[in-house]
Amino acid sequence: MTAAPAAVADSPPSVIEARALDLVFETGDGPVQALRDVNLSIGKGDFVSFIGPSGCGKTTFLRCIAGLEMPTGGTLSVNGMTPDEARRARAYGYVFQAAGLYPWRTIGGNVRLPLEIMGFSRAEQAERVARVLDLVDLAGFEKKYPWQLSGGMQQRASIARALAFDADILLMDEPFGALDEIVRDRLNEELLRLWDRTGKTIGFVTHSIPEAVYLSTRIVVMSPRPGRITDVIESPLPRERPLDIRDTPEFIEIAHRVREGLRAGHVDD
Amino acid sequence: MRVFEDQGHRRGTVVKGRLLPVLAVVAALFALWYVAVVPMNIREVLSSAEREGAVVTPSSAVERQQVGRIALVFMNLEHIGPSWSSDRSRLPSPHQVAREIWASTWDEEVNSRRGIVQTGSLSNRSLIHHGIITLSATVVGFLIGAGLGVLLAIGIVHNRAMDMSVMPWAIVSQTIPIVAIAPMIIVVLNAAGVQGLLPKAIISAYLSFFPVVVGMVKGLRTPDAMQLDQMKTWSAGQGAVLWKLRLPASVPYLFASLKIAIAASLVGTIVGELPVQRGGLGARMLAGSYYGNTEQIWAALFAAALMAAVLIWAVGWIERRTMRAMGGQP
Repeated sequence: MTAAPAAVADSPPSVIEARALDLVFETGDGPVQALRDVNLSIGKGDFVSFIGPSGCGKTTFLRCIAGLEMPTGGTLSVNGMTPDEARRARAYGYVFQAAGLYPWRTIGGNVRLPLEIMGFSRAEQAERVARVLDLVDLAGFEKKYPWQLSGGMQQRASIARALAFDADILLMDEPFGALDEIVRDRLNEELLRLWDRTGKTIGFVTHSIPEAVYLSTRIVVMSPRPGRITDVIESPLPRERPLDIRDTPEFIEIAHRVREGLRAGHVDD
Repeated sequence: MRVFEDQGHRRGTVVKGRLLPVLAVVAALFALWYVAVVPMNIREVLSSAEREGAVVTPSSAVERQQVGRIALVFMNLEHIGPSWSSDRSRLPSPHQVAREIWASTWDEEVNSRRGIVQTGSLSNRSLIHHGIITLSATVVGFLIGAGLGVLLAIGIVHNRAMDMSVMPWAIVSQTIPIVAIAPMIIVVLNAAGVQGLLPKAIISAYLSFFPVVVGMVKGLRTPDAMQLDQMKTWSAGQGAVLWKLRLPASVPYLFASLKIAIAASLVGTIVGELPVQRGGLGARMLAGSYYGNTEQIWAALFAAALMAAVLIWAVGWIERRTMRAMGGQP
């Protein structure tokens, strides 16, 4: 659990630390155990994917990190703070499954939105908007409205929005789930490049095995009822990953192990 | 670009395609009106024919009271001619109403000694003068009502106590007949020394705040859980959520309710003018009914209808401009 990926030099300090985390939802049909005894530490600069069938708590865990859900047991720290404090300290950017751009704002206006809320000066807003739009290859689309962009471009804009205020952590909840395979491949490639350039710590929820293996330095396999971690796989793949790395034996072997982990979790059903 | 051209083209044909049916309905309504004029006025027409020595069946007014209007029409087909031109008709013909509108607007202002051409100020007998009185109270009342409606809706969305308490009262306020409460408002305000435009505007606001409250509560609540979570990840305060998310998201709902509200404002103003009798289209209608001048009632009615149409069109125009400024798809 503590070993860092080979590509990152010396053991990095852990940014996200979960110890014996429990979360029970009270519902009309009685309590539902969404997370049970989740232990995980994510180091600085890690790219960690959470994979598992629906109901395994992968999104719930991400929401706990973001301070959008309150765990009912155990401890969770983000940058050494509680998730709520970290949220208020603007420690992370969160990308939802839907791009969630405001239709009445231009792409530039949407990226500017968190900056306006956080009280950046006008000059700095403009500078940051230009910089992050350039980072996601949307320079020149600042004045367009969301409906004028494809779904993939909208999702890139929402990533730019999450990056705009320079949080060290990027939390992504199935950001490419609604996009088609080809667009998704290209965005995966771009996301890797972006991660390489910015050195962010990324938590990435997905239900696609190739996506998880291609992107991650670590893959967290989860299973449902109760939501828990069944396996954590360190990826031996190099940081530099062209798309055709997916045909190499190493890649196929990790994908196989992820699939095995998922199948093991399913025996309970 | 092709898409835009196609839509422009389609819009053109819609206007052209709509004109004919609208004209057909208007023509049918006028035809029905002309037909209805005959039985509505038949008793008065027959009485005056009798006075002039014509032979009508039945021959006395008392006997005619026993016979239905439509039967009278068929018994006296040769006498129905004056129905469409009699002076004091129960139901005036469309052309008589049109003549009255012309006489009380253009003719009154341009040719009469009280008109704006002779005196430099609008004649107090012209529909324009009364229309402006009604219009100003309507607009002021609408602005008060819409502002109050938006504020109440913001309160309802943000405050649980207001959510539980305001809406029932707002609904109760609308179940009280406005004709019953309008004179009370006028009298109470009059006792407090408030006269003129404001009491009417308050009655008008009383009718117009309600659709705005209902529409805005719905509109302010349209942002979904994901959008609110997103705001939370940016640690946005309630003010930022309101200004940046809830209010812009509610704009389509706002305009839908503003269109209802402005029509309600006009009704409220006219009702408010009935007990005051100091000018306005409502005062014109009531004066017309006091003196049995139905043409004046109908002329004021058409002026009010025209005003409502123009006001709703104006709200629609602002709506289109706003939606375009908010990046709406053409």
